[in-house]
Amino acid sequence: MPDEYLWPPMGQRKVMGQRLSRLDGPDKSAGRAKYNSDLNPQGLLFATLLTSPYAHARVKSIDISAAKSMDGVTAVRIIAQPGTEIQWEGAEIASVAAVTEEKARDGARAIKVDWEVLPHVVMWEDLGKVGNRAKPAGEQVTGDPDAAFKEADATVEGDYMIPVITHCCLEPHGQTVQWSGDKVEYFPSSQNVSGVGADLGRAINVKAPDIHVHMDYMGGGFGSKFPSDLWGSECAQLSKMSGGKPVKLFLERSSELMIAGNRPGVGAKVKVGAKNDGTITTWESQTWATGGYGGGGLNAQLFPYVFTIVPNRRINHTAVSINTGSARAWRAPNHPQVSFVTCSAFEDLAAKLKMDPIELFKKNLHYSDRPEVYAKQLDIAAGMIDWKQNWHQRGDSGSGVVKRGLGLGIGTWGGLGHESKCRTTIHPDASVEVELGSQDLGTATRTMIAMVASETLGVPISRIKIKIGDNSFPNSGGSGGSTTIGGVSTSTRKSTVNALDKLFQVVAPLLNTTPDQLEAKDGRIQVKGNPEKSMTWDMACRKLGTNPISEMGENNPRESMKEGMISQGVGGVQMSDVSVDTETGVVKINRHVAVHDCGLVVNPKTAESQVFGACIMSISAALTEERIMDAETGHMLNADMEFYKLAGIGDIGEILVHMDIAPEHDKRGIIGLGEPPTIPGIAAIANAVANAIGVRVPMVPMTPARVLAALEGRRTA
Amino acid sequence: MSSPKETDPSKKAKRSFSRRGFLAGVGVTGGALTTGILEKTAEAAPAAAHVVGPGEVPITLNINGKPFNVKVEPRTTLCDTLRHRLDHTAAKRVCDRGTCGACSVIIDGKVMYSCTVLAIDAQGRKIETLEGLTAGPRPHPVSAAFVNNDAQQCGYCTPGFVVAATNFLQRNKNPNLTEEDVKRGLGGNLCRCGTYVGVRKAVLEAAKSMQGGNHA
Repeated sequence: MPDEYLWPPMGQRKVMGQRLSRLDGPDKSAGRAKYNSDLNPQGLLFATLLTSPYAHARVKSIDISAAKSMDGVTAVRIIAQPGTEIQWEGAEIASVAAVTEEKARDGARAIKVDWEVLPHVVMWEDLGKVGNRAKPAGEQVTGDPDAAFKEADATVEGDYMIPVITHCCLEPHGQTVQWSGDKVEYFPSSQNVSGVGADLGRAINVKAPDIHVHMDYMGGGFGSKFPSDLWGSECAQLSKMSGGKPVKLFLERSSELMIAGNRPGVGAKVKVGAKNDGTITTWESQTWATGGYGGGGLNAQLFPYVFTIVPNRRINHTAVSINTGSARAWRAPNHPQVSFVTCSAFEDLAAKLKMDPIELFKKNLHYSDRPEVYAKQLDIAAGMIDWKQNWHQRGDSGSGVVKRGLGLGIGTWGGLGHESKCRTTIHPDASVEVELGSQDLGTATRTMIAMVASETLGVPISRIKIKIGDNSFPNSGGSGGSTTIGGVSTSTRKSTVNALDKLFQVVAPLLNTTPDQLEAKDGRIQVKGNPEKSMTWDMACRKLGTNPISEMGENNPRESMKEGMISQGVGGVQMSDVSVDTETGVVKINRHVAVHDCGLVVNPKTAESQVFGACIMSISAALTEERIMDAETGHMLNADMEFYKLAGIGDIGEILVHMDIAPEHDKRGIIGLGEPPTIPGIAAIANAVANAIGVRVPMVPMTPARVLAALEGRRTA
Repeated sequence: MSSPKETDPSKKAKRSFSRRGFLAGVGVTGGALTTGILEKTAEAAPAAAHVVGPGEVPITLNINGKPFNVKVEPRTTLCDTLRHRLDHTAAKRVCDRGTCGACSVIIDGKVMYSCTVLAIDAQGRKIETLEGLTAGPRPHPVSAAFVNNDAQQCGYCTPGFVVAATNFLQRNKNPNLTEEDVKRGLGGNLCRCGTYVGVRKAVLEAAKSMQGGNHA
C-alpha cells in the first residue's frame, strides 16, 4: 500500500482535527432538509397499518370488504391471514392505502377482525412468575468461585434492574415507495442505504438492481433502522396494487414505540468478593433479560464488565420470552445494561470497604484491556467533577433534606470501521465529487467525508461535493456499532489519493518532475516543499482536457487496521454529581462529565456532540425513561411521548465532555464513537444517587417513587 | 374552491366546526344520535349555524403572509395540512399529541403545536412556519446559531426548536438571557439525539446577535 494513504501526522493536518460546523446544518436548521417522510411526489397516496390490540391472540377471521369499497381507498392487504397467531400488541394485521391519510385510517378502522384472545405474559421482572417463558442458558464457571468467596475479606450482594426502553426515533420508521414499470423507487428512513434495497427485494421478489434507494436525511435510528421491515414490503405492495403510484407509510407514534425496536431490560442478582485492599477476587451473577417474544436480550459473558478476566466467576443467565415487540440493536447493545450492573455492584463493594470507588476501580484495572487509558481517564474525569472536594463516604451527606453525591461508570467498545467503497471524481472544471452509499444519521458523517477529501486534495471543502444516501453509489456498510467513520474515512482517503495520483501523472511532465515528487497543498499542485514549482488546482484540473479522473478506494477493515489507518477498542469514563431531595424523591443532575478516547478524532466539534447526546440519553434512561406494560391487559401503557418520558432541556444539569485527544490515541488511527459514550452514564448516575442517599435504588429509572421506596427500605417494581 | 368570495377568510364562518355545530350536523343529517340529551342539544342548536364536513371543505390559510387555498376534512390537523397538502415540511410530525414540539409554528405571534390545531381553526390567523422565518437572503440568526453551536444531530426536532427559540426570543428581548431562562422557554420541545447542550448555547448566542438589529 502506498504510504501516501496514511493519515498526515498529528499537527500537520489542516482540515482533519478542526472544529468544523456540520455541512448540512444550515439546511437542517432552516427546515430545508428533506427527509423521506417529507416527500410529496405527484399523486402521493398514504398508507396505514391495522395493528393488533392484543398481546396474544389468534385471528379467527378478517373481513376487508368494507374497507376496500370505501371512498378514496386504493388498496387493502391482509397481513395476518385467518389462523395467524399474534404474539404482541401492535403486530401488523392489515394495511390500507388511500388518497389521504384520513381515508386510509378510516379504511383500517372498517376492517373487521374476529379474534380469539389467548393468555399472555408481558411482565418479565419477577423471574419466579414467568413460568415456562424462562429459558436458562446454563451455568458457566471459571476458576473456583466458592473457594474464593470463602477466602474473600469482604463480600457484597446486590439486586439491580434496568427496564426495557425503546428507540423512540423522532422520524418514525417508514418509507415512501413507488414503481416505474418493474422497478422500485424506495425512499426509506434507514441506517443501511447500500443494503436495505436488497432486503426489500427479497420480501417483494424484485431483484436488487431493480430497487433504487435514495435518502438524503434520516431522523434517528440508534440501531433500529437496518431492515426494510414488514411495513416496507407492505408499502411497496400497496403501491403496486395502486398502479405504482407513490405510497407513504410511516408508523404512528404508538406503533413506533411498540413494534419498531427496544432495548432489552435486565434483572440481576450479583455477589462480589474482594480483598480488603479492594482487589476483586470473585464474581457471581444471576441475570435475566427479555428481548421480547424472541427472548434473548443479553450477552452475560460480558460480566463483570471491563474486568471480565477476574480469576473466579460464576455466570447464570436466563432469557425470558414475553408477548411484546422484539428488541433491536440499541446503541452499544448489551453494554449500558452490563455496565450499570457491574459498576453498581463495584460501587456497593467500595461503600462496604469504605473505599473511594475510584481507588477500587483503579485497584482492578489489571483485569481490563487498557489499564493506563482508564487510569488517565478516571483522573481527568475526577478533576472535571471536583471529585476530591465533593466526594464523601456513602450516605455521609449531611443532615439536610437534599443530599448530594458522586458516582462513576466505565465502558469499552470496539468501533472498527466497516467495509466501504468510495469513488472520487476530479473534473476538468476543478470540481470534485465523492460518492459512496453511506448515510448520515446525524453523526456528521457527510461532514467528515468532506474533511478527509479536503485534507487529501488541499482544496477547500466548498469545492467538494459529497454524494451519499443512494445505493447507486459504491457500496458502503450500514451505520451500526460505531463502524461508519472508520469505514468511510478510509475508503474516501484511498479513492481520493488514487484520483490525486492520476492527476499528478498528468501534471508532473508539465512541472518537469515525476508524479512521486508532487504534493497537493493550499489549492495548488506543487513539487514537494517547493511552492515555486507549482500550478493552481484549477489549472491542473484543466490539463485533464475533457476526461475527468474517477478512482475507487476501499476499506478492508483488517488491512486498514494493519496499515494503522483505523483501529478498535476504546475506553470511557463518566462521572455524575447529583442532588436528591429525600422528601420528594426527585433526583437532579448537577454536573455530568464524560471522558472518551476514539483514536484520531476527525472533527472534535461533532465528536463532542455525539458524547453530549449520549450523556443526555443516559440521563433519560437513569431518571425518566421506561416502557410500562400492564400485566392484566397486555397493553403498553405509555405508547406515546407524554408518558414515555424523554429528558427535556431542563432535566440534564451541566454536562462537560473531554475528548481524550492525545498522540498515543491519535497514532492508532480512526475509531468509531457512536456507542462508547452511551455506556457508562446510567451507572454513574445510579452510583451518585446511592452515594448521596446512603442506600441503593435498585431499579432505574430512579423515579421519585423508587427513590422514596429505597429510602424507606421498601421494594417497588 | 368555487369563488374567491367563499375563500375570503374574513367572510368564512370562522371556527365553524364547533361542538354544537357538529352535533347539529350529525343530528340532522346522520340520524346517528340516540340519546335524548344529545338530540335535544341538536334540536336546540341555532338553525343558522354554519356546518362543515364531514367531507373535505375548502379553506384558506394565511401562511408566511400568503393565502393558500386547500381542501381538508374538518378533522385534519394544521400539521398534516402543512405537511401533506401544502408541502411545508419544516414542521415535523413526531408525537402527534402535543408533547414534543417538533411541529411548532407561530400562530398570531405565539408558538403553538400544529398537531393540536385543526386546519379549519387556523383560518383567519397569521401562521408563520420555519420556511417563512428563514426565507430571507441572509441566514436567520437563530438558525445560524444552531449551526455554530452544533445544536442538531439527526435534525428532526431542529425545525421545531428553531421556531420555538425564535418566538421565545421575540417575546423576551433580552441580550442577557440566562441558561435558566432558556430551559424554561424551550421546555416544550423534546430531542432524542440529545442536542440540548448545543441548543442552550445557540439560543443564548442568538439572543445577543438579535439585539444587533439582526432581527428575524
